[in-house]
Amino acid sequence: MTEGIDEADRPRVLQGAGPDLFSKFDALIQQREGLLATGVTDPFNLVMERVLSPTQAICNGRETILLGTYNYMGMTFDPDVVAAGKQALDDYGSGTTGSRVLNGTYAGHKAVEQALCEFYAMDHAMVFSTGYQANLGIISTIAGKGDYIVLDIDSHASIWDGCKMGDAEVVPFKHNDIEAMEKRLKRIPEGAGKLVILEGVYSMLGDIAPLKEMVAVAKANGAMVLVDEAHSMGFIGPNGRGVAEDQGCLDDVDFVIGTFSKSVGTVGGFCVSNHPKFEILRLVCRPYVFTASLPPSVVATAATSIRKLMHGSNKRAHLWENSKTLHRGLTERGFQLGTAEPQSAIIAVIMPDLERGAAMWEALLKEGLYVNLARPPATPANMTLLRCSLCAEHTSEQVETILGMFERAGTAVGII
Amino acid sequence: MDRAAVAERIGRIIEPFNKKGLAITEDTTFAGDLEWDSLTVMDFVAGIEDEFDIIISMNQQAEIETYGQLIDAVTRLQG
Repeated sequence: MTEGIDEADRPRVLQGAGPDLFSKFDALIQQREGLLATGVTDPFNLVMERVLSPTQAICNGRETILLGTYNYMGMTFDPDVVAAGKQALDDYGSGTTGSRVLNGTYAGHKAVEQALCEFYAMDHAMVFSTGYQANLGIISTIAGKGDYIVLDIDSHASIWDGCKMGDAEVVPFKHNDIEAMEKRLKRIPEGAGKLVILEGVYSMLGDIAPLKEMVAVAKANGAMVLVDEAHSMGFIGPNGRGVAEDQGCLDDVDFVIGTFSKSVGTVGGFCVSNHPKFEILRLVCRPYVFTASLPPSVVATAATSIRKLMHGSNKRAHLWENSKTLHRGLTERGFQLGTAEPQSAIIAVIMPDLERGAAMWEALLKEGLYVNLARPPATPANMTLLRCSLCAEHTSEQVETILGMFERAGTAVGII
Repeated sequence: MDRAAVAERIGRIIEPFNKKGLAITEDTTFAGDLEWDSLTVMDFVAGIEDEFDIIISMNQQAEIETYGQLIDAVTRLQG
C-alpha cells in the first residue's frame, strides 16, 4: 500500500506544473488496492501461460478449463484454419503495413469479404481491424449532425463510443423496452434521419432482444436499423447468421455488425449490408481509412473459419446442449443467473458484491476453471457477474466437471 | 406551459428519485448533490420525457447540470 493517497477532490499540484491528470483515477486506484489488500488474486491480470485447445490452458502452472473466452465454436485450433494462416504467412508475409484504401488490401481481404457476403447472403461486406472499430466507424459515419440515434441503454461500449464520435443526437431507451423505443422514435422531429441500434445477444447477462418486434417498430417509424450480432454469429439462427435470422427479420436489418474475435476465432470486425450506396463508406469512414488493415494470416484464418461455420449445424446443436446443461445445473445448485432460461451461449452468474465475486472467481481458478469477472461500469444495474461463455468443443464431461467446481467454490465462499 | 407550471410538474416527478431527501433548489446539481448514477438519470429523464412528450437527448443532458437548468430546458423544448 502506498502512503498518502490523494483525495479525489484535492489533486496534488506538482511543483511548477498543473494538477496531476491522473487524479481522476484515484477512486478506482483505491478500490483496486482495497480489493488486492484482502489477498485475492488480481482478476484482471491473469496470464495464459500455454493454450492447449479452445477449452483448456495452463494458468499459474495449473491446467485450467476455459469458460470465459467467447470462443463459441472452438475454431481457434481447427486444423484447416491454422493451415490457412500458416500458408498466408508464407505467401504474403506478416503484415500489410497499410490502410485498406492504400496498400493494405490484399487478395485475402477481398476473399474474407466475399465469404461474409455469402455467409449472410448480403451484397456488401466491409472488414475492419477490430469489432470495436466496426461499430465506431459505421455508427459515427452514417449518423451525423441533425440525425437521431435511438439505442438500448445496455449497448456495448463500442456502440456508445461510436455515438460519441459522431455528431448525431443520442437518445437511449430502457433495455429491450419496445414501447419506450417507440415513444422516442415518434418524438423525433419531422424530416430528421433516424438510426436504431440494437444487439442480438447482450453480452453481460446473455439475454437476447425481441428483434422481430423492435425492428418492425423501427421500420414503421422510418428508421434505419443496425444490429450488433457479435455474440450470436455462427451459433444462433438456422445458418448461424444471428438472432435477427432466428426471429425471421434479417431482411429488414440495414446493417449487421459482427466480429472475428468470437465464433470466427481470430480478430477483426465487419459490417454487412444490402444498402446500394454502401461501398462509399470505404472512403469516408475514418476508423476504416486511418489504420492498418488486418495481417494476411488473420484474414486467411477468418475466411476459412467463416466458410466452415456455414456447415456447423452439428456443433451448434452441441453448444446449445452445453448451454442448457450448465444453466440447469447452476440453477439446481442455487446460483442466481442473469436469465431464467438459457438464451445464448453466455450464462451470467450474479454475485452479491464485488468482494465475494472476486473471492468466488479466485476459488474457481484454484479449482481449475476460468470465467470472466465483470463489474461496474461494464455491467447493467451495478451488478458483479461471473460470466461464463460456453464452447461447442466443451465435452459433456467437461460441463459436469465445471458444475462440480462451481458447487465446491460456491460453498467455500458462501454464495450458495 | 409557463416556467412555473413546468417547475411544478417536474417537482412531482423528481420526488421518488430524491432518495437523500434533499431540499431541492434551482442550484441543486444532479451528479454532485443528488449523486445519481447513470441508470437513475435514465429513469428520471424517461419520466420527464413521457410527462412532457419531448426528447432530451444525451447531448442536451450534458448541458444540464442543475435543477434550474432542467426547468429551463424543458420549458424551451416544449416550444
